[in-house]
Amino acid sequence: MLRVRSVDASYGRVQALRGVSLHVDAGEIVTLIGANGAGKSTTLAVISGLIRAQVGDIQFDGRDVTNRPPHRLVRAGICQVPEGRQVFGDLTVADNLLLGAYSRWRRGGRSEVMADIERQFERFPQLDERRGQLAGSLSGGEQQMLALARGLLSRPRLLMLDEPSLGLAPIIARQFLDEVQRSRDEGLTVLLVEQNARAALRIADRGYVLETGRIVLEGTAQELLDNPEVQRAYLGKGYREVWE
Amino acid sequence: MTLAEQIWQFFLSGLTTGGTYALIALGFSLVYNATGVINFAQGEFVMLGGMITAASMTAWGLPLWSAALIGIAGTTLVGIALDRAAIRPARGASIVVLIIITVGASIFIRGVAGIIWGPDERVVPAFSGEAPIGIFGANITPQSLWVLGATLVTAIAMWLTFEYTVIGKAMRACAINPQAARLCGIELSRMISWSLALAAAIGAIAGIVLAPITMTQYNVGTMLGLKGFCAAMLGGLGNGLGAIAGGLLLGVLEALGAGLISSQYKDAIAFVVLIAVLLVRPSGILGGRRGGEE
Repeated sequence: MLRVRSVDASYGRVQALRGVSLHVDAGEIVTLIGANGAGKSTTLAVISGLIRAQVGDIQFDGRDVTNRPPHRLVRAGICQVPEGRQVFGDLTVADNLLLGAYSRWRRGGRSEVMADIERQFERFPQLDERRGQLAGSLSGGEQQMLALARGLLSRPRLLMLDEPSLGLAPIIARQFLDEVQRSRDEGLTVLLVEQNARAALRIADRGYVLETGRIVLEGTAQELLDNPEVQRAYLGKGYREVWE
Repeated sequence: MTLAEQIWQFFLSGLTTGGTYALIALGFSLVYNATGVINFAQGEFVMLGGMITAASMTAWGLPLWSAALIGIAGTTLVGIALDRAAIRPARGASIVVLIIITVGASIFIRGVAGIIWGPDERVVPAFSGEAPIGIFGANITPQSLWVLGATLVTAIAMWLTFEYTVIGKAMRACAINPQAARLCGIELSRMISWSLALAAAIGAIAGIVLAPITMTQYNVGTMLGLKGFCAAMLGGLGNGLGAIAGGLLLGVLEALGAGLISSQYKDAIAFVVLIAVLLVRPSGILGGRRGGEE
């Protein structure tokens, strides 16, 4: 479904990605793991059109989508839920969801959008209770749910999540990842960037390990969990997560 | 006239000029919210509104209403052209560069207006006569009511747009978080276009309702733009309600200063206010939260 081939990208003069190649097949959850600054978020930003790929190409459904602007990629079915949630704090919960469906709203299908918004409210009752509140007044976990629901309203086929569990209490982070898994079971394809490698590999089918802008390892989630290097560097072998 | 009556009179005439400052400040805030840029061509939109209206009346003998519509439409087109020709090609440039571009654009617009219309002052007739209306001992011209009415109607229309339409909400989303807005599929450059078009239209309205009071000329935009900028800063840049409050307050302060101290200092008052705001409360009266964030 998504194929990224030997992509280079940089912020100003700092090269952030060197020859990154990866693919995501339909119905998979694929995770990118790596340390801070390894290039995980940059990889998502290049795919979603926020940053230009200097070299290499990106294909979605067999069509070249390299360096397309974000609004066209959203229309094509790629949606990114940004790091740190980034809900529109001064707008209501309901308005945040409406803007998630902006590209669909513009092309008609308004009653369908309204029905979809109600469906998200059914799925996330805690958002329903707060639909008229400003999004900025929600708790971190609720904001993350809102960001997910907002992303789903563009009806993406590929959903990209950037560090969704960052700053969330472990139990909330776990609930969130369960929701991601549920979306996949409903037919969505997911590319997940996570610092919490253990949590990400638990729900993922496959994974890639990024180090200083390069992919150094790839494999099934189980292979990565069993890999001694991964265990040492990213899973903190010997320590058990509090919530496990 | 007693002092109290005089002050009341100054207050009313201050509200009138303040209304136009408020409209200009709204234009500044609109563009600032969408782009982070202070559009120094905003004053030229005001000039264009008045001049195009006056010129269409004299050149084609059009009635006031259709001339005013042409003034608004023509100025809006100039706003869109400014975006396409100057702002959009500089995409990715820093905010400071974009601000300098608007300064350049304002000089360009003023220059072209000077060439087309020459240096003469133009007159737009008062919309509904000159007979002053007495309000508790002070006199106010019907045109002043037009100015205040236009300010009120524009402010309400803007509020409705931003509160209840999808495109208005999308523009607010761009102001709150441009990156998240882009990831929602909102086309940032289109929103910037919209904001400049709206700012131009609002500027034109200000220029048209003000023209019968002060007359208009190719170079009135500079000072009006600066006054509107002071008003926007006073109320809190980017805050719609602040723009209106700042505009009215600045107009009243100016009128009181000119009346009670000396009319020679009329223009200086706005800048003294600006400096005071920058020193004491840079985020403006109503701009507390935004100023705190950045």
